[in-house]
Amino acid sequence: MSEAITREEVAKVARLARLRLSGDELDMFTEQLGQILEHARDMNALDLADVAPTAHPFGLTNVVREDVVEESLDRDTVLAMAPDARDQRFAVPRIQGEAP
Amino acid sequence: MKSAVDIAADVRSGASSAREELERTLGVIEARNAELNVFLHVDVDGARRAAQAIDERVARGEDVGALAGVPIAIKDNMCQVGIPTTCSSKILKGWRPPYDATVITKIVAAGAVPVGKTNLDEFAMGSSTENSAFGPTRNPLDPTRVPGGSSGGSAAAVAAEMTAISLGSDTGGSIRQPAALCGLVGVKPTYGLVSRYGLVAFASSLDQIGPFSKTVKDSAVLLEVIAGHDPRDSTSLPEPSPSLVAHVNDGVAGKRIGLVRELFEGADENVVTCVRAAADALRDAGADVVELSIPELALTLSAYYLIAPAEASSNLARFDGVRYGLRVKADDVTSMMEATRTAGFGAEVKRRIMLGTYALSAGYYDAYYGQALKVRTLTIEAFARAYAQVDLLLGATTPSVAFKFGDKTDDPMAMYLNDVFTIPTNLAGDPALSVPFGTADEGLPVGVQLLGPGRSEAQLFAAARVLEIADGRS
Amino acid sequence: MTLPGEWEMVVGLEVHTELLTKSKLFCGCENHFGSEPNTNVCPVCLGLPGSLPVLNREAVEFAMRIGLALHCRIAPSTFHRKNYFYPDQSKDYQISQYDLPINSSGYLDLPDGTTVTIERAHMEEDTGKSTHLGGSGRLAGAESSLVDYNRCGVPLVEIVSGPDIRSSAQARAYAAELRGILIATGASDGRLEEGSMRFDANVSVRRPGEPLGTRCEIKNLNSLRSLQRAIDYEALRQIQLIENGAVVRQETRHWDENLAETSTLRVKEDADDYRYFRDPDLVDLAPDQTWQDRVRAALPPMPAERRAAVLALFAAPSSAQRDAVEVVIDLGLDPYVHAVASASGDTTLALSRAANEVAANLKSVANLTVDAFVTIVAMEQRGELSATQAKTVLGAILVDGGDPHEIATALGFEQLSADSLGATVASLIEDHPDEWLRYRDGDDKLAQFFIGQVMKLTRGQANGKAVIGELQARR
Ligand SMILES: [Mg+2]
Ligand SMILES: [Zn+2]
Repeated sequence: MSEAITREEVAKVARLARLRLSGDELDMFTEQLGQILEHARDMNALDLADVAPTAHPFGLTNVVREDVVEESLDRDTVLAMAPDARDQRFAVPRIQGEAP
Repeated sequence: MKSAVDIAADVRSGASSAREELERTLGVIEARNAELNVFLHVDVDGARRAAQAIDERVARGEDVGALAGVPIAIKDNMCQVGIPTTCSSKILKGWRPPYDATVITKIVAAGAVPVGKTNLDEFAMGSSTENSAFGPTRNPLDPTRVPGGSSGGSAAAVAAEMTAISLGSDTGGSIRQPAALCGLVGVKPTYGLVSRYGLVAFASSLDQIGPFSKTVKDSAVLLEVIAGHDPRDSTSLPEPSPSLVAHVNDGVAGKRIGLVRELFEGADENVVTCVRAAADALRDAGADVVELSIPELALTLSAYYLIAPAEASSNLARFDGVRYGLRVKADDVTSMMEATRTAGFGAEVKRRIMLGTYALSAGYYDAYYGQALKVRTLTIEAFARAYAQVDLLLGATTPSVAFKFGDKTDDPMAMYLNDVFTIPTNLAGDPALSVPFGTADEGLPVGVQLLGPGRSEAQLFAAARVLEIADGRS
Repeated sequence: MTLPGEWEMVVGLEVHTELLTKSKLFCGCENHFGSEPNTNVCPVCLGLPGSLPVLNREAVEFAMRIGLALHCRIAPSTFHRKNYFYPDQSKDYQISQYDLPINSSGYLDLPDGTTVTIERAHMEEDTGKSTHLGGSGRLAGAESSLVDYNRCGVPLVEIVSGPDIRSSAQARAYAAELRGILIATGASDGRLEEGSMRFDANVSVRRPGEPLGTRCEIKNLNSLRSLQRAIDYEALRQIQLIENGAVVRQETRHWDENLAETSTLRVKEDADDYRYFRDPDLVDLAPDQTWQDRVRAALPPMPAERRAAVLALFAAPSSAQRDAVEVVIDLGLDPYVHAVASASGDTTLALSRAANEVAANLKSVANLTVDAFVTIVAMEQRGELSATQAKTVLGAILVDGGDPHEIATALGFEQLSADSLGATVASLIEDHPDEWLRYRDGDDKLAQFFIGQVMKLTRGQANGKAVIGELQARR
């Protein structure tokens, strides 16, 4: 990971994250992300092959709830939050393709 | 001003009323909010109704709880039914949650009166509250300076004596750092001690809600109220709320406390001076203070700035213009989502979303996110080794006192370095607090940080109380 | 269907099944098909800011049942987030199991003796449902879409087979057998028409001995017939491409039942970067041995075992009987047949009545007790009911329940009891002495005369065999 992040990579990441960047913003973020990743190089240099990753600070297991039906939200309340609703559903503009 | 403990005692005894305490709070907010930009929303009517109800219950002889009639400020990233919750972001402007966060349910059950929602760095990403879409909050101690962040509004509410207590959230120091910069007690509890249900997530494995107050005892009371298992949060610890207030005056005699080099080296001289003075004060109170080094802590900043953005990139995906909040119109759904998110998020949020997206993406996961999770393991092990030798750790909360507006806004890395002392405990999941101790040359407060192993809050409060007394603040 | 030349197809199936829990996978909203849109939604399944998931215990147990029924290894597992933006996905990520699924390394034996390996059977949440406006209701060409989140967060188990399937018929047999298993575990209702079970097929072709070819995934097949036809079509399409010198492109394809062809949905792209990572809102799932043992002990027998048990009642089952056994197992009607066998009744008759009349009235099958079924078969066997009458009584009980004798009486079938048939035959003998004497002296043809008379008197409800029995008893 010695290479700095490229402008193309930043553009790709922005697309994945559903963000649109102007040319200036692309330049700025490329530089700033590069700096932050540069700082992470101290970490990358370590050989941690034998170290297990920790995703949770405390290792709880088997946290479950009983299969009991609880009251749902009132539909009018739910749809009142929506930027656009029709026929008791959330309305969105044209979807270009099937879900991946 | 009156502490929360005193307000509750007066309301319960009839020496004061919830309504009276609330009107005082509303008066200060009225007088100072325009200048300081602390509250984004003040729920005057709701608070008056709640105060009225408390007074009626007191009149009927009911026990209204540990926070009877105490006005409290809420960081605007916690959901409260019907109250605008924005996370200081344009993307959530006007959104009113249809449900209460568990902490809201708990403080209301204990008699507290939520008065409104306080400003923060957008989605809690920042260390100065300058990243708010609704303007920065000013430090009540010096309005030319930042209050710290991201819980800058909740810190400023207490520092400006609007409320005696407030709630913040701490992902990498967002309670402790503003507490230090505003001269307050601020606590990041053990991960899982306080339910995250209803806290708008920044980085789920790091976020914790905690109290701000002027006195140690007020924070202990508030934390006792909000702590305890919540079946709606899978990461909530299984135990009930611990006994904290009862141990506030336990002292530190016989305790071993480690002064950690990595937690103050590199800080401004006046900060280091205060930390060393705090070590002396603890020694005077009977603690055995030893200086020690935990070299692994030097790696935590890098790990944090990959883990937190990675989680955030996923947590903030849901702000897509479909179900709630902002929508910028476009012809197709992908363009609509892009336009909405581009217009709705500020630069710092975008920066972190992109950093996190990159760290998780194919080809980079192992080198960045995966490696950061391993450093997290090293951090936990290093802390565990330290706690095998000593009971608590001591260090600085921040490298400097409150800085001026704009000082670090153009340089994200300089801003991130502000969190270098607070981040390690978030990674480990352990508790830590900041307590004011001494002042710097400019007369600004300095915060020192006390850290302990998981579930050691009672010991942390006892040590903080020793410093509070030694510093001559009660 | 056989493929041309030396070609061989390689198929693996991914089967999604919704689980029959009362509530959703991570929240308390009702898991119910067909509710009014957006009525079974809450902060969690709507992905409201600040909400958090908590795992449903029953969903875990259903997943374990499925795993055990498929001979899987149950292991400590985790939940990941699969990140992608899509409007029916309320959080813009799906919570799914990834590198550590709850069930792995199992297999499924098919009735024809072949075995298909099960790579994994993991838990995940379903998405919401979109309807499309304009473009004749299909996504392609629609102007806008409407989203209902009732289905969002419904628990699913995704069962992934190894690439072991070599024909569309085998794929169909696998899907059918799996469906039977899912129903038997109680985890699924197996209702393909309601989408509670859906198939994705990964299809590639090769010449034997060659490495695996490029595969295409056909999404969302919702009947066994479509599954089989789509696989055949797709395999032939790929063969034709290759034989014409073109290459198969890795892509996701859609099966159009009316046109009977598959078409490109989307080409696999670099952009398919789901950024999987452990969901920090959920903790590890590690069912201990006690929990696993409890689930295993409650597991009912699976179709293969039940099929063998019913077939064992027949010395040399005909192919029609084998088909009837399949129906009975598929619909869970085998307890009726076993009850008749235990009562030493006519199992052939029982199998036929179960696979036909009972199977045709499944909606109200709860009205038919095992005892009532045994009684009806016995009445028919003894001649107290004709075949027509037995079917009528069975039909009546399936609709409203009740006692077979009482219903037979109410329908006016009481004279057909052995006693009343005997009395009828005796009175006919008295009324027709000449015919009786000729019959008694050996003219068997006259049996038809008596049967005709009995039928006239009973309006055609009598059992001819039983009449002959009565006549012979008096010869
Ligand atoms: Mg799946
Ligand atoms: Zn729900």
